[in-house]
Amino acid sequence: MSEAQTIGGRPRTTDWASSDSQRRIRKRYGADRRLQAFGILAIALAMGLLGILLTSLIITGYPAFVQTKVDLTITVDPAKVDPKDPAQGNFKALIRDAIVKFGPEGASDKAKSDRMKILTSDAAYILRDYVLSHPDTIGKTITLPIPASDPFDQLYKGVIPKEVDALNWSQMRWFERLQSRNVVVDQAGQMGLKLDVYVNPAKVEAGSPPSGDFAVLARDSLQAYLPEVHDTALFTMLAPDAPNAIAESVSADPSVIGKTVPVVFPVSQPFVEFAKGGTPKVLNTRFSSDQMATFDAMIAKGIVQTPFNWDLFFNADSRFPERAGLAGAITGTFYMLVVCFSLSFPIGIAAAVYLEEFAPKNRLTDFIEVNINNLAAVPSVVFGLLGLAVFLGFFGLPRSTPLVGGMVLALVTLPTIIIATRAALKSVPPSIREAALGVGASKHQVMLHHVLPLAMPGVLTGTIIGMAHALGETAPLLLIGMNAFIPSVESMGVLEPATTLPTQIFSWADSPERGFVSRTSAAILVLLGFLVVMNLLAIVLRQRFQRKW
Amino acid sequence: MEAKVEARPVVRPAPPALEVRGGTLPEDQRELKMAARNVNLWYGDKQALFDVDLDIFDRSVTALIGPSGCGKSTFLRCLNRMNDVIEGCVMKGDITLDGQNVYAPNVDPVQLRARVGMVFQKPNPFPKSIFENVAYGPRIHGLASSKDDLEEIVVNSLNRAGLFEEVKDRLNEPGTGLSGGQQQRLCIARAISVNPEVLLMDEPCSALDPIATARIESLMEQLKESLCIVIVTHSMQQAARVSQRTAFFHLGKLIEVGDTTQIFTNPKLERTQDYITGRFG
Repeated sequence: MSEAQTIGGRPRTTDWASSDSQRRIRKRYGADRRLQAFGILAIALAMGLLGILLTSLIITGYPAFVQTKVDLTITVDPAKVDPKDPAQGNFKALIRDAIVKFGPEGASDKAKSDRMKILTSDAAYILRDYVLSHPDTIGKTITLPIPASDPFDQLYKGVIPKEVDALNWSQMRWFERLQSRNVVVDQAGQMGLKLDVYVNPAKVEAGSPPSGDFAVLARDSLQAYLPEVHDTALFTMLAPDAPNAIAESVSADPSVIGKTVPVVFPVSQPFVEFAKGGTPKVLNTRFSSDQMATFDAMIAKGIVQTPFNWDLFFNADSRFPERAGLAGAITGTFYMLVVCFSLSFPIGIAAAVYLEEFAPKNRLTDFIEVNINNLAAVPSVVFGLLGLAVFLGFFGLPRSTPLVGGMVLALVTLPTIIIATRAALKSVPPSIREAALGVGASKHQVMLHHVLPLAMPGVLTGTIIGMAHALGETAPLLLIGMNAFIPSVESMGVLEPATTLPTQIFSWADSPERGFVSRTSAAILVLLGFLVVMNLLAIVLRQRFQRKW
Repeated sequence: MEAKVEARPVVRPAPPALEVRGGTLPEDQRELKMAARNVNLWYGDKQALFDVDLDIFDRSVTALIGPSGCGKSTFLRCLNRMNDVIEGCVMKGDITLDGQNVYAPNVDPVQLRARVGMVFQKPNPFPKSIFENVAYGPRIHGLASSKDDLEEIVVNSLNRAGLFEEVKDRLNEPGTGLSGGQQQRLCIARAISVNPEVLLMDEPCSALDPIATARIESLMEQLKESLCIVIVTHSMQQAARVSQRTAFFHLGKLIEVGDTTQIFTNPKLERTQDYITGRFG
């Protein structure tokens, strides 16, 4: 008993009410609040950026969801469309007849032809397709909605203005400099530029009327006042009839030839307006005044509509933005994702199940594991190069096809699926495995009957994340040429050239036409829409599987 | 050893006498079902069992007692080769079932586990319906010839586990929705649905309240009429109440084995005495 050890030590007293203690408490609360505030700030920032992105996409993309169409009344003249062979009919002439009548009478033939440019260049084909599918319309008058061409579509939607500023900033500055040098004069109520002109005898001949290169003389004399300007836009300052001023002064006094004399040139209309303090406007150079009058007449008749643009979803690609749609891209994406899914889902699950449940722990499996994790971080363009070199180069598979695209994207998504599946398998409680083993289930029965079904929600989430990744992948597809121009959906297949949503967006973003700007945004919105649908699908599937137990 | 006990500064009051009922298995009723000879087991470098020799008799309950980490659960899992699936686990020695070595290369561990069923510490029903839980075993072993046959097996197993009356109206509801005690009885029903000859129970009552524990214990009493039961338990009272044979494990060694009455009233070894009287463990 004497050896019994006494349990030593004395408890320390702590003064929880001391000012030090209070300060620590305040500090701790402060830190808690700061952490919370940072979190809220970060979320607000992320949401704000997302909101800005979506808003800008919707604002630019919105016009593409409606399409300006002209309800054109066309008389299908049997003289121009042979009822026996309607495919060879002169549909262009029919369109021309239908549209020319809206414009003012007495225009030149060229101007009348230009009126057809109000409509899409495909107008004749649209009419032909319609007549071919409705042969009974030959000889009758039909009303067909024809898309307006890109400039008029954009004009009607208010994306581009009807009139633009006639003068740019430098032109205004040049004019102001001339004004400050008192070159701009008012002569008999008309604004003029009083310039010294050297009437070059080499260029001007006296006579009645005098002849010579007066336009060049006028320009040279204006140039002499602003020698540092090297821009032909300078000469727009002179009215079209300005050179006549030299001719007049020569005919008034032939002795001026060879001398330098002041001549007053009339100023062109936009500069006159600018001098009066106005903002001169001219008709947008993409439209002629005759086209404008015709289009205005159509609007006045109420045949110009902006219906919802179903063509965006049901047309394939086109050179003309008013006809371009996403059907080809959506079909291509669909085929590609089918190939990608049917490769990566079974392979991914099989690999994950083997690695997680059966593989022995040795150097080789460690090596494989490390590499799978590394593959998830490899830039997708590398997989594209691999696809280009191996699938196209070595195996000689057809280029630009959903088959190769799907194979490449399967490589991109495989690591994601394997990692997600392994995590899901790991999270199945071991008690379930033991229970199954305990009643005499074999390894594969444990796996297939119990573990895999329980892991399915996680597996599906991983797979759909992988598929969503694949849906938005662009770079590897560009490398294997999956940005083909697909003007028709009918010919598409797994082994036919195709394009996909992201590569279509890429191509459209590269196109110069104004109409493709809004279509690019609209296509991005469609892509985002698909992503949202896929994620909803993931959630629904997950709920379904989870409700089972 | 004597001196050490003497040196203890704290002297606890004598524990109340344990209630021992039916705790003997007369010689003439001993039918050897399973036998372990020289069982040694390693988890990697760490040896968990040392030369364990144990006879397990049919139609009786054998209780394995001992402090935590003494290897009794490990030994239990050796009996139906559940340790096979643990990485780095190496076992040497012989374990026989009806005279046949269960570790022989020609023995299929899957079939062995059907003959030697197991119930775990935590109730672990499959996240499926009550019916499916019990029907799973017979289904994978092809024990039912028809749907009606399967239904009969399920009902019979639930009856034997004393659960049928409670769940007969909701056989299609998930087994995970039952109470803890019901879940454990469901697991027992699942284990006996494949007609095992031996039933291993790894602390089956440690997660249950006393009422549910009592039900499981009375269930064991009935089941032992037709089965050989091996139970690992931390509760000496439980071992005393339900078992006929008791084996005391300590630090991976089998210290003493004998009829339960003898172990609890007249242990041969001091260490057994210390443990059952609560001096350590």
